[in-house]
Amino acid sequence: MLDLTYTAPKPKVIAGAKHDWELVIGMEIHAQVSSNAKLFSGASTQVGAEPNSNVAFVDAAMPGMLPVINEFCIEQAVRSGLGLKAQINLVSAFDRKNYFYPDLPQGYQISQLYHPIVGEGEVLVELAPGVARRVRIERIHLEQDAGKSIHDMDPTMSFVDFNRTGVALMEIVSRPDIRGPEEAAAYVSKLRQILRYLGTCDGDMQHGNLRADVNVSVCKPGQYEKYQETQDFSHLGTRCEIKNMNSLRFIQAAIDYEARRQIAIIEDGGSVMQETRLYDPDKGETRSMRSKEEAHDYRYFPCPDLLPLEIEQAWVDQIAATMPELPDAKKARFMGDFGLTDYDANVLTAEVDSAAFFEAVAQGRDGKIAANWVINELFGRLNKEGRAIADSPVSAAQLGGMLDLLAKGEITGKMAKDLFEILWTEGGDPAEQAAKHGMKAVTDTGAIEKALDELIAANPDQVEKAKVNAKLAGWFTGQVLKATGGKANPAVVNAMVAQKLGL
Amino acid sequence: MTTPNSWTIAAAREALRKGEISAVDLTMSCLTAIDAGDGLNAFVHKTPEIALEQARAADARLKAGDAPAMCGIPLGIKDLFCTKGVPSQAASNILKGFKPEYESTVTTKLFDAGAVMLGKLSMDEFAMGSSNETACYGNVVSPWRRKGDTTALTPGGSSGGSASAVAADLCLAATGTDTGGSIRQPAAFTGITGIKPTYGRVSRWGVVAFASSLDQAGPMTKSVRDAAIFLNAMSGHDPKDSTSADIAVPDFEAALTGDIRGKKIGIPREYRLDGIPAEIDALWQQGIEMLRDAGAEIVDISLPHTKYALPAYYVIAPAEASSNLARYDGVRYGHRAKLAQGDGITEMYEKTRAEGFGKEVQRRIMVGTYVLSAGFYDAYYNRARKVRALIKRDFEQVFAAGIDAILTPATPSSAFGLGEIASADPVEMYLNDVFTVTVNLAGLPGISVPVGLDAKGLPLGLQLIGKPWEEGDLLNHAYVLERAAGFVSKPEKWW
Repeated sequence: MLDLTYTAPKPKVIAGAKHDWELVIGMEIHAQVSSNAKLFSGASTQVGAEPNSNVAFVDAAMPGMLPVINEFCIEQAVRSGLGLKAQINLVSAFDRKNYFYPDLPQGYQISQLYHPIVGEGEVLVELAPGVARRVRIERIHLEQDAGKSIHDMDPTMSFVDFNRTGVALMEIVSRPDIRGPEEAAAYVSKLRQILRYLGTCDGDMQHGNLRADVNVSVCKPGQYEKYQETQDFSHLGTRCEIKNMNSLRFIQAAIDYEARRQIAIIEDGGSVMQETRLYDPDKGETRSMRSKEEAHDYRYFPCPDLLPLEIEQAWVDQIAATMPELPDAKKARFMGDFGLTDYDANVLTAEVDSAAFFEAVAQGRDGKIAANWVINELFGRLNKEGRAIADSPVSAAQLGGMLDLLAKGEITGKMAKDLFEILWTEGGDPAEQAAKHGMKAVTDTGAIEKALDELIAANPDQVEKAKVNAKLAGWFTGQVLKATGGKANPAVVNAMVAQKLGL
Repeated sequence: MTTPNSWTIAAAREALRKGEISAVDLTMSCLTAIDAGDGLNAFVHKTPEIALEQARAADARLKAGDAPAMCGIPLGIKDLFCTKGVPSQAASNILKGFKPEYESTVTTKLFDAGAVMLGKLSMDEFAMGSSNETACYGNVVSPWRRKGDTTALTPGGSSGGSASAVAADLCLAATGTDTGGSIRQPAAFTGITGIKPTYGRVSRWGVVAFASSLDQAGPMTKSVRDAAIFLNAMSGHDPKDSTSADIAVPDFEAALTGDIRGKKIGIPREYRLDGIPAEIDALWQQGIEMLRDAGAEIVDISLPHTKYALPAYYVIAPAEASSNLARYDGVRYGHRAKLAQGDGITEMYEKTRAEGFGKEVQRRIMVGTYVLSAGFYDAYYNRARKVRALIKRDFEQVFAAGIDAILTPATPSSAFGLGEIASADPVEMYLNDVFTVTVNLAGLPGISVPVGLDAKGLPLGLQLIGKPWEEGDLLNHAYVLERAAGFVSKPEKWW
C-alpha cells in the first residue's frame, strides 16, 4: 500500500497592531451514537416521533427507576475509538454531572468524567495534497443527551420533549492542536467521515446529531511551540468555549470572530475572561452565555447506580477484526492500486458508499478512466439532481459494462456519453442499449485508411508540419473522426496516423 | 389461641397448607387489626381490596397445591416501594398523589410468590431518619410503652411503620429498607427481627432511592425463620438493577440448623463506646455467653476504622441523596408549587422543593450538595470514600482470619420518646446509627435479633454481621441467638 507522507500546515495568523497573533483551537464533538435504543433504556432513538413517545420510565426519571447500560452503545464507542487509533480502556466508569433543567429529568446527566471508555488517539486532517494536521484526541466518553425545551410555543408556558433524553452521545475531545478556522472545519469533516465509515454516528449535523463545542484562544507566535514542548497550558492564552455549533460554515465564522474579539481585548490592555459563549449566525458574532459567577458547579461523582464498566480485550479484538477500511487507508490504496490522483482519491473516498461504487466500477478496469467517469459524469449528474449515490439510476455494473464497451473500442467516447444518458433515463444493459441505439464505433480500418490517405494527399503542408512537430498529427485524427461522423475509434485512428506519417 | 394476625409466617404457612385457615380469613384478621391500629399510624395507605383479591388468588393456588412459601401471607409494604396504582410517596409531600405505573421488583417477586399486600407503611421521609418523625403522614407510634408510662415512643426509623405494624401484629411481616440501619434499628426498638442482606442481593428497581450505593431492602419479621423465608422470596438477580448480583440464592431456611459449634464469633473492641448504657453492655455480654454456650468460639477482634464510619456515612449518604432527589422538581409528577406571575424555572424549583421536602430531607440535600461541590469534594466526599474502603477492608481482614460472624449491639439505647431527640441537635439523632452504618458501608449482611428487655420494659436487640453472600450462615447464627434468648415479649395492647 502507498505510504502517504504529509507536512504540517502553517497556523492561521491574524495581524495585530504590534505583532501577529496565532490561533489555538481545541474541540469537543458531541456525536450521537448510531443505535436503535438509548444509552440506558430500551426506548427508541427514532427521530420525528410524536413528542414524548420514545420515553422509558428511567428516561423520565420516575422514582426508583434504574439505568442499565446498552451494550451496543459501548460497542459503538469502542469501534469509534479503534477508528481513531485510540487507547481502549478496559475499565471505565460512569459519573453523574448534576444540574437542574426541565429537559434533564434526573437532575443529572450520566457521563464519564473520571474514567472514559476511550483514551488517547489521533486524527489526520488533510488540508491540501501532502499537507495535513495531526490532531491528538484526548478521550472519548459516553454520555446521555438531554431532552428538548420549547419556550416559544406558548406565551406563558414552556414545554419539554423527552424523546431525545438519554440518547447516547460520544463526546470526542481533542487536544488544542487545531490552528485555524479552516483546520477546525476540516477536522470536523474528517471526524464525521471516519464515524460515518464506522457506522457509529450518522453525522447529520443539521439535526444536531453531530455538534461541536469550540475552544478558542490566541497567542503570540512561538508560544504554541512552547506549549507543545512542555504541554503546559500557561504558554497559551485564556480560552473561550463557543457552544453547540452544528455548521461547518458557522464554526469557521465563529472562530474568526472570536479570535479577533480576543485580540482586540488584549491589544486594548484588557484580558480575556474564560467563559462560555454562543455564536449568533444572524449577527455573525459570539456573545457571553453565562459568566463565571453563574457557572455551574456540576458536582461530578461516580454514579452509584452503575458498577464500573469492564470489557474484555478479546471482545475489543473481535470488534477490531470487523473494522471496515478507513478513509486514510482507502485513499492510499486507491492511489496505489488505481493510480488515482490525490484529488480524485479524496473525492472518491469522501463517503464510503461512493468509494464502494467506484471500486465496483474500477475492479478489473482502468482505474483512472473509471474515476473520471464516476466523478465527472456520475457525481456531476447526481449533484445536479440532488441525489445520493445510493439512489443512482445507473448502477456500478451498468457503468462498468459501458466502460468495457469503450475499452474494447466498440463505442467511442462521444457515444459513451450518450449511452450514459440513456442508461440514466431508460436503464437497461449497456451493450443492448448501444446496439438498440445504433452505437457502433467504426473499426473497419479500410474505411479509416481510405479517408486518411485522401487527407494526406490533399494536405502535403500539414504532413510536413506534423513531421516536424508530432503534436500536430492530431489534426489528421480530428479530420478523420469528422469524416467518419464520430464513429471511428480515436485510438485506432491515432495509431494509423502515426504509422502513415512515419512518426 | 392467638388471633391469626399474630402468627409467624412459618405458622401461617403450615396452617394454610393444611387448610386450617384460608388466606382470605388470615387476611381479614390482619385487616381488622389494621383498622383497630390506626392509633399507631403505621398503615398510611390501606389496600383491602387488593389484599382480598390476592388472598383469593392465593387460596386458589393453595387448593391447587401450587403454593410457594409466601403464598397467602399478608404483608405490609414500606411506602418506599413503588406499587402499581397504589400511592407510593416515600412519606414525602413532594410525591403527594404519586401512583406508579410499575411494580417494584421486590413486590413483584412477593406477589408472584402469592403474598398479600395489606397496604403501605409509613417511614421517615425518603428513609431519612431514625425515629419516624419526618414522615409527611405524621409520627408513627411504637406499640411499646415504658412500664407505667404512657409516653408515645418511637418505633425507630426509617422503617418505623414496618416495625410498628409487625410488632403490633397488624401484619405477619413487612418489607423494610436499610441504608444506614433503617431495618435493624427499628427492629431492635420494637422487639422484632430485621435483616439487611448483602448489597446486591435484593433488587433496588422500583424502590425510591435514598443513597444508591447503600440502600438495600430486607424483611422485618416476627422470627428468624420468617426472615429466612421472606428473604428467599425477595432475593435474586435482576437485570433491571445493574448493582444486583448474579449470584445464586440458596435456601436460607435450610441453613437454620441451630448448630454453630466451632464457629468463630468476633467481638469488635471498637464497638465498646463511652456513654453507652450499662444495660446495652450487659445485653451484649449475655449474647456472647449464649453463642459460647452453643459451642461457638468467641474472639476479640479489631475493626480499627469504626470510629470514622458515622462521619463517612453522613457524607456519602447525603451526597448520593442530593443527586437522587434532584428529580423531584415539579416538572413531571408529584407536587408542584403554585407559581406567582412572572415566576420562572428557578422559582418553580425553589418553591416546589421548599414546600415538598421536609426539614431533614432539605438538610441532607444541602449537606450532600456541599460535600460534592468544587473545592470541598476531595476534603469530604473523596475522603469519605477512602474511609469506606478502609472500613470494608477491616471486615475483609477479620473474615479472612477465620471469623464467621460478628456480634455487636444493634442500637446504643432502647426506644426513646417521640419528640425527645428530634428537636435537638441532628447529630444526636445520627448517633442512633453508630452500630449499623459500618455494615452498609461495607455492603455486608446484618441482622438484628431481639434478645431482652431493659429496666423500662423496652426491647433491646443485638446485631450479627455476616460475610458477604452468606446470609444463610448469618441467619443460622441469629437463629441460635433467638432460641437462646427466648424473647417472647409482646407489647401490651393499648391502641
